[in-house]
Amino acid sequence: MFGFLGPNGAGKTTTMRMIQCVSPLTSGSLEIFGLDTMSHPSEIKSHMGVVPQENNLDMDFTVYENLLVFSRYFDIPRDEAERRANELLEFVHLEDKKDTMTESLSGGMKRRLILARALINRPKMLILDEPTVGLDPQARHMIWDKLRSLKKQGVTIVLTSHYLDEIEKLCDRLVVMDYGKILVEGSPAQVIEKYVGSGIVEAEHNPELIDCLEKKEANYEVIGDLVHIYTDNPKQIAEYLTMECSLSKLSARPATLEDVFLKLTGRRLRE
Amino acid sequence: MRISEYFSLPKVSSKSYKVWQRNKDVFMKDIKLNFLPPFLEPLLYLAALGFGLGRFVEDIDGVPYANFIAPALIAISVMYASFFECSYSSYVRMYYQKTFDAIIATPVTIEDVIAGELLWGATRSMINAAVMIPVIALFGLIDIRYALLIIPFAFLGGLLFAAIGMCFTAVTPNIMSINYPVLLFITPMFLFSGTFFPLSALPLPVQYFAIAFLPLTHIVNGIRLIGYGTLEPVLLFDLAWIIVVCAILLLVSINMMKKRLIV
Repeated sequence: MFGFLGPNGAGKTTTMRMIQCVSPLTSGSLEIFGLDTMSHPSEIKSHMGVVPQENNLDMDFTVYENLLVFSRYFDIPRDEAERRANELLEFVHLEDKKDTMTESLSGGMKRRLILARALINRPKMLILDEPTVGLDPQARHMIWDKLRSLKKQGVTIVLTSHYLDEIEKLCDRLVVMDYGKILVEGSPAQVIEKYVGSGIVEAEHNPELIDCLEKKEANYEVIGDLVHIYTDNPKQIAEYLTMECSLSKLSARPATLEDVFLKLTGRRLRE
Repeated sequence: MRISEYFSLPKVSSKSYKVWQRNKDVFMKDIKLNFLPPFLEPLLYLAALGFGLGRFVEDIDGVPYANFIAPALIAISVMYASFFECSYSSYVRMYYQKTFDAIIATPVTIEDVIAGELLWGATRSMINAAVMIPVIALFGLIDIRYALLIIPFAFLGGLLFAAIGMCFTAVTPNIMSINYPVLLFITPMFLFSGTFFPLSALPLPVQYFAIAFLPLTHIVNGIRLIGYGTLEPVLLFDLAWIIVVCAILLLVSINMMKKRLIV
């Protein structure tokens, strides 16, 4: 499972659209399954499943019909398509909604149906652009669960998300990108370790603390009213700060991908 | 995009049939409602204009007024069916429902999607003609022996108006703006293409303009000739005009939509 991270406008969706053979490349080359995306789009797309950022289910059809109509675009024979549609509805727990029009599904159900639809051609590769955006925790966990089981079945999964915990939990490898360039590449643990260390101590900002940190030559960053101290041993640092700098309000926690993300791409708001 | 690229031959495959099939399936869900307009409209127009107004109108070229407008009603329906299908309806599928985005994630290409939409638009025109013909023939207003020829002719005319509608879909900034071509192009054609009075009643320059630039003129004329069973050589001119313009606009409309959708 591979993750693309980056702020809005970093080029994630554009990259996804190029992988899907939808957007043309302006330079360079891109190969999927060893095939060039510009010359073999249909072959590539027949082995690929896509969960787009925006909901694009066919509103004119029911849940079941959505899967059947979609299967025709892949030239899947009717009885095979029916068998797969039933299997997939069970897989995403939508058997009861088989004959419901897609408009009346909840947000989470729509996402699950889109996932089922993306699997109708038994893809070798699944592309997900913000798969759990706007979902409640139950629905998110269910999608994660399904993605893990697909991964076990040997499907390659490519994912973009703004929810960094999602990427951290799911992905084996990731890149952080910004302005169309790759900034970092590695496993979530490697990336965290390399860029911020394994732990963080958060303390309230005050001049005494900064003096203290300067003396210790600590790796720290001032963020508004807060000071982040990056370390491999948060407990020790926290104790040291309490003793030496007579600080009381601080907390130690493990570092997350979010810290790496903000450190690399800055805190300025993006369009 | 250079001008010549608008005329390049798009790669359309048999997969466009799947897109046609999708639209047909949606149509079949509401088949009763969809069949009602082509069944009811000719009855209303014939009652009000053909037999109502027609009582006060002299024969036109030796033809009673109801017989004069009956073929035009089919032609108008051919125009409306495919133009609206490939303008408002295609725009809704493209922009609001994101149906095209979903389909091009599969082996079906964007060219196939647009070709399927155009073929479906033409099919709607053909369905409308096929429903109207028996209704009109029941009043003895067209020659039933030749009327079946109107059906393929309606498909061709439908394809032409589908391509016209699709060109506007490709450039319209929003759905409301499609009202402009309807108001400035479709409605004048509805009235001034030899539909409710003969073209010869118009000033000569306007007649030439209508023959050169108003597609409906040729469809009205064609259906009228076939409907009366008078297959004169001038029908070949109408047919040629439609085929040439249709071929050009099909290429242009697909390329224009490609330009709009590939980013």
